[in-house]
Amino acid sequence: MTASQPTEPYEDIPGTWVFDAERARRGYHLNEFLYSLMKAENRKAFLANEPEYTLKFKMTPAQRAAVLERDWNKLLDLGGVSYALAKLAFTDGKSYQFMASRMTGMTEKEYVEMMQKGGRSPDGWRSKAERRGER
Amino acid sequence: MARIVAGVGTSHTPAIGAAVDNGKMNDPYWAPLFEGYEPAKEWMAKTQPDVVIMVYNDHVNAFDFKIIPTFAIGCGEEFPIADEGWGARPVPIVRGYPELAAHLVQSLVLDEFDMTIVNEMQVDHGLTVPLTLLFGRPQAWPCRVIPLAVNVIQYPAPTGHRCYMLGKAIARAVESWNEDLKVVIFGTGGMSHQIQGPRAGLVNTPFDQAFLDGLSRDPERLARIAPLEYLRDAGAEAIELVMWLIMRGALGDKVEEVRRFYHVPASSTAVGNIILERR
Repeated sequence: MTASQPTEPYEDIPGTWVFDAERARRGYHLNEFLYSLMKAENRKAFLANEPEYTLKFKMTPAQRAAVLERDWNKLLDLGGVSYALAKLAFTDGKSYQFMASRMTGMTEKEYVEMMQKGGRSPDGWRSKAERRGER
Repeated sequence: MARIVAGVGTSHTPAIGAAVDNGKMNDPYWAPLFEGYEPAKEWMAKTQPDVVIMVYNDHVNAFDFKIIPTFAIGCGEEFPIADEGWGARPVPIVRGYPELAAHLVQSLVLDEFDMTIVNEMQVDHGLTVPLTLLFGRPQAWPCRVIPLAVNVIQYPAPTGHRCYMLGKAIARAVESWNEDLKVVIFGTGGMSHQIQGPRAGLVNTPFDQAFLDGLSRDPERLARIAPLEYLRDAGAEAIELVMWLIMRGALGDKVEEVRRFYHVPASSTAVGNIILERR
């Protein structure tokens, strides 16, 4: 018998990975890697040899590849939490805003313009079921 | 007797701290925000609290994933500023109030709120940006600060109702402290925002304005907002608003709204600021 969890209602929210206990479990070593980037010497060591540095942590190969590729949404899907991921962006000399823009597929400029116009409306972004016309 | 005289709700967006630290306060992007906070700063300069209870959340800085306390009180003498990944903010170290913090812990646990005691921790933008917004850039912070950290990172955060009830218990704890102290409590974070995934950038101004209205008019309604409603309607990170309900719960039944400011955007965030005085 395999362990399975009920589908949570928040899984119906489009474009969003809620960082719940299951994602936290899967992402534990990934997030601990990201946490290590709080220290300047670790940021330096990581940037000097990224593949080697990531081997110090018990991440899965998929998590490691997503780190090296800065595949932000993949990292969320594999259990990364945005505040920890931000430390990777900061290590690259980028901002939260840059990271968020990459996650949306926009350029940073487009993203900033969207925010300055009042941000993304929740209309059409509340429910996957609604998008499929089921409610 | 110690007394909570007022509550401050404010966003704690890290980019606001970076704008101050990098001298960008007069840039066209930032000027309206900092102008909007001027009256709140003036109010704070007049109010001169002895102690601030800062309800905030850590963003994977003091706490990694080894231990995730739902409610934690900083009981130390002082709290250094965290290096979150771009160097520590150049702001003064935060001085605590260990005696009062210990009393709060004792009173709250006996009042059935099981607080985690933290004697040493670094504090991040969640705590320092609200201090900067309300106190400016002093050489030393003008009052003591008791950090009260809430887990809003790993789902589920404590419910709004639980937070509201915790606020009431904090008021009882403060009022049983036998020293004349003026206390201001902060609820920080929010307002509507999401900084992850393809839905990043979500802002829901009607939701935020209704929340600001409800703080003085109908906090009981706000305390019943379900976690899913925050996530769905106001963005994954809007769940931080439950921390404002701790602040509101600590103010008792009657409050007067003396200041409100709302601005979009600061980075990915809708920024809100409210000051509620106890009546």
